[in-house]
Amino acid sequence: MNAAANPIPVKIVVAGGFAVGKSTFVGAISDIDPLTTEAAMTKASEEVDDLGDATSKKSTTVAMDFGRVGLSSELVLYLFGTPGQDRFHFMWDELVRGAIGAVVLVDTGRLEACFPAVDYMEQAGVPFVVAINAFDGVLRHHPEDVREALDIPAHIPVVVTDARHKAAVRDTLVGLVRHAMSMARQPAVQ
Amino acid sequence: MTEPDNESFTTLRVRPYLLTGGRTRSSVDLPLEALVRTTESGNASAGQHGREQQQIISLCANPQSVAEISAHLKIHLQVARILLGDLVQEGHVATHTTAQPTERPDLQLLERVLDGLQSL
Ligand SMILES: Nc1nc2c(ncn2[C@@H]2O[C@H](COP(=O)(O)OP(=O)(O)OP(=O)(O)O)[C@@H](O)[C@H]2O)c(=O)[nH]1
Ligand SMILES: [Mg+2]
Repeated sequence: MNAAANPIPVKIVVAGGFAVGKSTFVGAISDIDPLTTEAAMTKASEEVDDLGDATSKKSTTVAMDFGRVGLSSELVLYLFGTPGQDRFHFMWDELVRGAIGAVVLVDTGRLEACFPAVDYMEQAGVPFVVAINAFDGVLRHHPEDVREALDIPAHIPVVVTDARHKAAVRDTLVGLVRHAMSMARQPAVQ
Repeated sequence: MTEPDNESFTTLRVRPYLLTGGRTRSSVDLPLEALVRTTESGNASAGQHGREQQQIISLCANPQSVAEISAHLKIHLQVARILLGDLVQEGHVATHTTAQPTERPDLQLLERVLDGLQSL
């Protein structure tokens, strides 16, 4: 078995509030048309061991879209957009497991929409960057104002991105990987 | 509380797990991004499988993640995991993840990701 036949998968999570541009961000850099996978709400999968019980639980599904970026013959990056609504946070545990980190997208017109994602990543100890999606290139707030408004600690990057453009998306991912590397070097600082 | 339309509800809920013989858990730990590849034995086993298993074996001639398999076959993630767990145990497919799928990638791997991204 050679390395090329067995590439290593890595994963980055793209989080943020409803309609902030997560799917657009993933699609801008993905090699494939983004795909959607559906999962059944946990209760049915985690607490049930036999068919009898499964029939008595509600089955709600959550859809996640994701893209794939070949980084080399040996490395494949998957980008997963988080389902926007709070009731799907159970899925986030699965998404951040083993991930390099997360990009939390922010629309400066609705700053508060990213609070749950920022809180979640902080508490879960997931390396993350805050990326302001400058809709139509219009930056309504300076990144440092956004940092202050969201109370983002100084060591966490706050950057400007454009979810529609591959180069901007790539630069944002580069920023996240660099940040994850500095976290890996000094794990005590979260 | 009575549930209206109980019969059709039950059918809906049970159906995904018919494919798995009613099981709702996989025996193998399969992260979303774990790559699955068809083995020689998998290639040789054509004709022995159900439709979904056969689709997986064909699809994974080129390595595909668990998430991609679920998406392409239009089956729930949990169902895909159970089918894949069986195929792994039977040796028809093999999976590939990072050494420690539950931990963050180490510096060396991050360095390679960085190089890859910068070359895009
Ligand atoms: N003009 C402009 N439109 C954008 C930009 N980013 C996203 N959009 C549009 O905003 C809408 C929402 O974008 P999506 O990428 O679907 O957002 P999302 O975060 O995936 O949304 P949900 O999954 O529903 O939470 C779409 O109509 C996009 O085309 C941008 O930078 N500029
Ligand atoms: Mg979306």
